[in-house]
Order: sequence, then structure tokens, then C-alpha cells
Amino acid sequence: MERITIDPITRLEGHGKIEIFLDDDGNVANTYFQIPELRGFEQFCVGRPVEEIPIITNRICGVCPEAHHMAGAKAADAVYGVEPPRTGKMLRELMYMAFYVTDHATHFYALGGPDFILGPDAPVAERNILGVIHKVGLEIGGKVIKARKAGHDVVEIIGGRKVHPCTSIPGGLTRGINEEERKHIEELGRYAVEFGQFSLQLFEDLVLKNQEYLDLVLGDIYTVPMHYIGLVDEKNKVNFYDGKVSVVDPDGKRLGKYAPEEYTDWIAERVEPWSYLKFPYLKKVGWKGFVGGKDSGVYSATPLSRLNASDGMATPRAQEAYEKLYDTLGGKPVHQQLVTHWARLVELLYAAERWVELATDPEITSDNYHTVPTQTPSEGVGIVEAPRGTLTHHYWTDERGVATKVNLVVGTTNNYAPISMSIKKAAQAFIKSGTVVTEGLLNRVEMAFRSYDPCFGCATHSLPGQMPLEVKVTDVNGETVEVLRQYC
Amino acid sequence: MSDKPKFAMYWAASCGGCEIAVLNIHEKILDVDANFDIAFWPVAMDAKYKDVEAMEDGSILLTLFNGGIRTEENEHLAKLLRKKSQILVAFGSCAVEGGNPGLANFSTKDQIFETVYSTVSTENPDGVYPQPSFEMPEGTITIPVFEPVLRTLDQVVDVDYYMPGCPPESHQIEAVIDLVIQVLEGKAELPPKGATIGVGPSTCCDECTRTRNVKKIKEFRRIQLVDDIDPDLCLLEQGILCVGPATASGCGAKCPTAGAPCIGCYGPAAGVVDFGARMMTAVASVIDSRDPDEIDRILDGIVDPAGTFYKFNLAHSLLRTGNATWNGK
Repeated sequence: MERITIDPITRLEGHGKIEIFLDDDGNVANTYFQIPELRGFEQFCVGRPVEEIPIITNRICGVCPEAHHMAGAKAADAVYGVEPPRTGKMLRELMYMAFYVTDHATHFYALGGPDFILGPDAPVAERNILGVIHKVGLEIGGKVIKARKAGHDVVEIIGGRKVHPCTSIPGGLTRGINEEERKHIEELGRYAVEFGQFSLQLFEDLVLKNQEYLDLVLGDIYTVPMHYIGLVDEKNKVNFYDGKVSVVDPDGKRLGKYAPEEYTDWIAERVEPWSYLKFPYLKKVGWKGFVGGKDSGVYSATPLSRLNASDGMATPRAQEAYEKLYDTLGGKPVHQQLVTHWARLVELLYAAERWVELATDPEITSDNYHTVPTQTPSEGVGIVEAPRGTLTHHYWTDERGVATKVNLVVGTTNNYAPISMSIKKAAQAFIKSGTVVTEGLLNRVEMAFRSYDPCFGCATHSLPGQMPLEVKVTDVNGETVEVLRQYC
Repeated sequence: MSDKPKFAMYWAASCGGCEIAVLNIHEKILDVDANFDIAFWPVAMDAKYKDVEAMEDGSILLTLFNGGIRTEENEHLAKLLRKKSQILVAFGSCAVEGGNPGLANFSTKDQIFETVYSTVSTENPDGVYPQPSFEMPEGTITIPVFEPVLRTLDQVVDVDYYMPGCPPESHQIEAVIDLVIQVLEGKAELPPKGATIGVGPSTCCDECTRTRNVKKIKEFRRIQLVDDIDPDLCLLEQGILCVGPATASGCGAKCPTAGAPCIGCYGPAAGVVDFGARMMTAVASVIDSRDPDEIDRILDGIVDPAGTFYKFNLAHSLLRTGNATWNGK
């Protein structure tokens, strides 16, 4: 059978590899998206004091260490059965909101955005962040840099470091903030709100008012109906730091909400012998293979998933943006996965608004940011929404609080099956008997997974705007027939 | 490509934090751009392995290599980039001394697989493990072999310089870039081969703003269990196990400044051969007792000696000398 190998996909964490098998007619028979990397955190976190695991698990990902630090700290709280004081929780959430703004901004402007701002067929050399800046102007480029830096600054103030924060411990934090720092954080947050509104307006002007893009976004190729999950507060509004995980089916019907400690009732992971990464699915629905729909346990956990699984946003401007999204697209849930880019900007605005709310809370500068645990440590689960999906940390310890077992279900892992399905569907749509494989085609296959902002390439959160691909067409004897590459 | 010197950066078994640290030098990255052609940097641009393979040996002037060597693919890239680079820098804790993922060297490959592929949320009744090569109905598909241990870069290839940190702090990266540019302009000379760069000359304690008196400890305390931490006093003096005394300066003592103990990410201070041994010496010297029973009780307060003393440097520590596998044999 003839095959097309895409290897390596750079700007993934380690490397991703796609195998596309063609049938005798030259149509796509099957695709495999492989993750060739493993470090084994679940093994080497065992034996470590529980307060150090949120610092070690930071090192799962240097782009979103804040998410691991938060989920880890919450799991460690639960191990000790301790609740941080209100100020402690608010400080953690404040740092996390600032991180969210930075992270979402990077994805939209540097990674996802170029496909829309410049168009999927724009010359490769322009289809990146620099091209975006050329198109929209240096002034807007400056805004993006300023927004990212604002988020980083807050992470460093509250988290102690720009990369791999270190201040969250069981029961709260090692430090608080003073009035001077608070004022600075508030000022940066107000800018972030402005930036969030600006970004949504830019999306509207560039994408929603462009029929060609709209057709691409709403067309069938990138539409994959599935289940969706996302953390919500008690009013079922999207929350990134706390709450229960809402699960909805492809019709938008809520199947239930689970508390962190109930996650194993809902989520199971499947092992395939051809990849180091596992495939999570909804346990109650079951694994039916790489298929969507109501009877398949495949679910996603993305910005769009979170909006689909919730009843709205908890801040006023973000709520307006949420309503506009669903009004425009004809209601919930939305299965057109490219809409995730839009949903990401709705979330960015929410994070910015929440940032200001927290920074202006009279108790944020209180010294009461840590509660000393009094219970004997045993077992605990912590869940937050990482930008790329629901993040679950589960620790078991002995009576001294030393880990005896650790389980991690990490953000993008949730989306492994959906990404694989989206790649297959796009490949099937674009690679047909007799088609010449072009660079533009490759970009459209890339767009299928780029909307998920995959964190196998956490570090994709940087410069140019595309997953570079190499497609190798080989004949049955393994001889290379054709090699196509795309570069920035 | 122009005739500017070529720069490369690559990640092996790493988290991406080193790349972020480099990008966090903000406008300084333009100096890199002005002085170098970026020949290979998966995070920022799209050259492929093939392009690197096609380069002449030694044609890359400077390669920053981060991440440990965990798979055969990591090893292959280390060897390839060594061949193509004039100056190869082990960049960040993982490449220099293994980093946190080096702690996996306490376990065998089978133990790691058994744990990861049979967790409480994993449904794996048939005990399926990933295979380097697997037959699917459509053909064979492969993933790189997971090697028995994680190795540091210099356990696989010859390394010219070491730049520690998890990740290296941006101001240190800027300083190293400035130096390299000065060398290119003939205004400075490279440090001797094998040097550790981007660090200070002393220990983390010397950069720490906390007050230090005579350290005398009757008890080690876990940070979350202490309700009266003095914000201005040395953490180790308060019984919180901070490994600053063994750790190289250079980061600005960020963690202790934020109220959290140093965890040793900047690696051993100058002259220290084995980080863990040095820290154990430091601990021994601060215990305020001569009574063996009391000393035992005090030391019992260190609940994870291996992880505490070798959190970032196990793969490079002297402990490996007794273990043939750790040396790749």
C-alpha cells in the first residue's frame, strides 16, 4: 500500500509523526498520528514530598507550567484536605488568568491567526507572525507583545519566576502581594481587557466579514461532532481554576458534571501499541474507535469544548461575546472545530476581565494567603482547565505526605483522538485519487490540528505561524517518489 | 542564506521552557538575527533533519542543545548536531545534568512503562505497551526506542560548554549572546573548552537577600506545615531544606526571594563535583546536636533524600558510577 509520511512535524514537543496510507485508487485509506516521546513523570514523581510535585510537574511543559503548578497545588491541597484562604485562592487564580491571556494571545496571533489574517493560500514566507504584523501593522504587533509581556510580569510577581513558578504550596502560597504590586497588576489587567476586545473586533473584521473564510470555517471538512468537556462554576459558567467538569453529548445535552475526585468514573485512557501517548475517552460511553457521534466516547477539551459544555461566561463583556458566537452560528453546540479560534478569543476576554476583578478585590493584598494543613495527608485530585484542555493531577501519599502513586491526565492528551480524527478527515478530503499534493494542501491538513493548539508542541507558542510539514510519497518498495516541504 | 555564521537550537527530552527563556530575551533576539543565520530551530523555523544532514560538517557555528537523551531519536540528533557544529553548548539543566526527568533513572524502563500504561484511569486489560515497530493492516509504523536510562548530552557526545538553569535565566542568555557577538567581532575570546557559562562565581546564597546568621538546626520542617516563616531570615536557618548552599549563583535567588526554597536548578556551584554530596555536607554541618539518636531524628525530617539532593543532577551524579546501565553499558 502506498503511504505518505509526514515526519517530523517540528514545533511539537519532541516530535509528531503522521502516516497516511493510500488505497489502490490513491484515496486515503487510513492515517496514524504518532507521538514518539515519553519521559515518565508518573514514575519519577513517586517518592517525592507532595509539596514538590507541583514544582516538578511544571517541567512537563515549559510553555504552560502555570497550569501544572495550579493543578498540582490543588491536588496537594486535597491530599492534606486543606482549603487555601480566600486570598490564597484569588492570588493563584489571578496569576493563572494573566497566564491565560498571554498564552491565548500567542496562539491566536502567532499560530492560528496567520491562516485567517493572511489566508490559507498566502505565500508560505508570509504566513507567520511577521506576516501578520506586516498585514495588520506594527502598531498592532506592539499591542500583542505588550499583552504577552503583561501576563508574564504578573506570573513573575505572584509565581516568583517567569518560567516554572514556585510559590504555590499545600494550603496556599509562600507569598502575597503588596498594594504597589496590586496597582501595577490592575493596570496591566485593564490593558488586557482592552486587548481582548480589540482582538475580537479584529477577528470579526478579518474573518466574519470575509465570506471565503467563513465558508472554510463552517464547511464540512473541519466539522467533527463529538462530546465536549469543560470546567464550570456552580452556575455552569466557564471557569479555568475551579469547579466541576461538565460533560455534554454531541447534541449539547449535559450528561452530568463530575467533581475532581470523580474523574475515574468518567474518563478512561486507552493504550495503542504504536504511540507513547494514551487516548482518553468517556468511560460511560465507551471506546468505539476513532469515530465521532453520540455512541463514541471520543470527547474534546478545547476553548470551543468549554464554551459548548457551559451555559456562558461569568464576566459581562465575555458573556456578550459568547452570545454573539452562538447567535451567529445558530446555537449550541458548535462542531466546526475551526471555530475554536474564535472561542479562544472569547476566553481571552474572560480571563482579562477576571484578572481585573481579582486585582481590585479588597482582600487580594491580605496577608492571609496560606492555611497550615492539619490533617494527615493521603490522597487528592486537582483539576484546572489548561488552555489546551482539562488538566487532572491525582496524588496518593503515605502519612508523611510522600507520594506513593501519581496519575496525570494532561491537557492535550484529551484531544489526541479528536486531533487524529480531524487529520484523517482533512487528509481524506484533500488527498484524492489523481491529486497533486501541494503546499496549500499541506497547510489545510495542518489547519485541522492547529485549531486544537496541540501541546505536544507546547512550545509552538512562539514565532512563526504554521506547523511545518514534510510529506514524503513513497511507493510500495519504499522508494521516494516525491518530497514536498513547506517552510516559513 | 547569507554568509553570516549559523546558529542552531534543538530540544531533546525537554519541556520547551529553555526555548521560552530564549524567546523571553525579547528585542535581544534581533541581535541574534542580525549576527546569525538561524540554520535549525524547530521552535521558531522550519528546517528539517534532512536539511541538517545535508549541511557540511562544522558548518553551524553555535548550537544550543537542551533536553536529556531519552530516546534513540534524541541520541541521533545529538550526534548529528555535534558533527555539524563548531561549538556545542549543553543548554539548561536537562542537557547539562539530566534535570528532573533524570530522576527516572531510579527506575527501569519496564517499571516506567508498567506505571504509565496501567494508571488508575488507564483501561489496559491486555497489558499493551508502545512498541518501536508495529504492524498495522496497512503497513509497519514505528516510533523511536525508549532507552534504558536518561543520559546527559556529554554522556553521548563531546560538549564544548555547559549552561545550566531550569531554565537558564534570560539575563544570563543575553550576556552569553553579547559575549559570542563580541568574539565574532574580535573583541573578546571564548572561555576555555569545558567551561560552565552563564552562571555566577559563588552560590545561590550569595545572591539571596535573606539574612544569614549561624545555621543551627534542631528540626527540618516542611514549608506547608510552618505557620511562622520569617520573611527576611534564611530559610535553611528556619529548618526549611533549601539547597542554595550547593547551588551555583546566577539566577538571582528567585525562589528564596519569593518565599520558596532553592531546589538546585542552577546545578553545582563552582568546584563542586557532586551536588548531592556537597549538599549532604552542608546539611551535616548545620545540625545542632552531638547525640546520635537526636541526629537520626533530625535527619528523619528529610523525607526524600534522593529527590532532595539529586533533583536535577541524578543522571550526572557520582551515583551513576556503580551502575553499568547508567553509563550506557
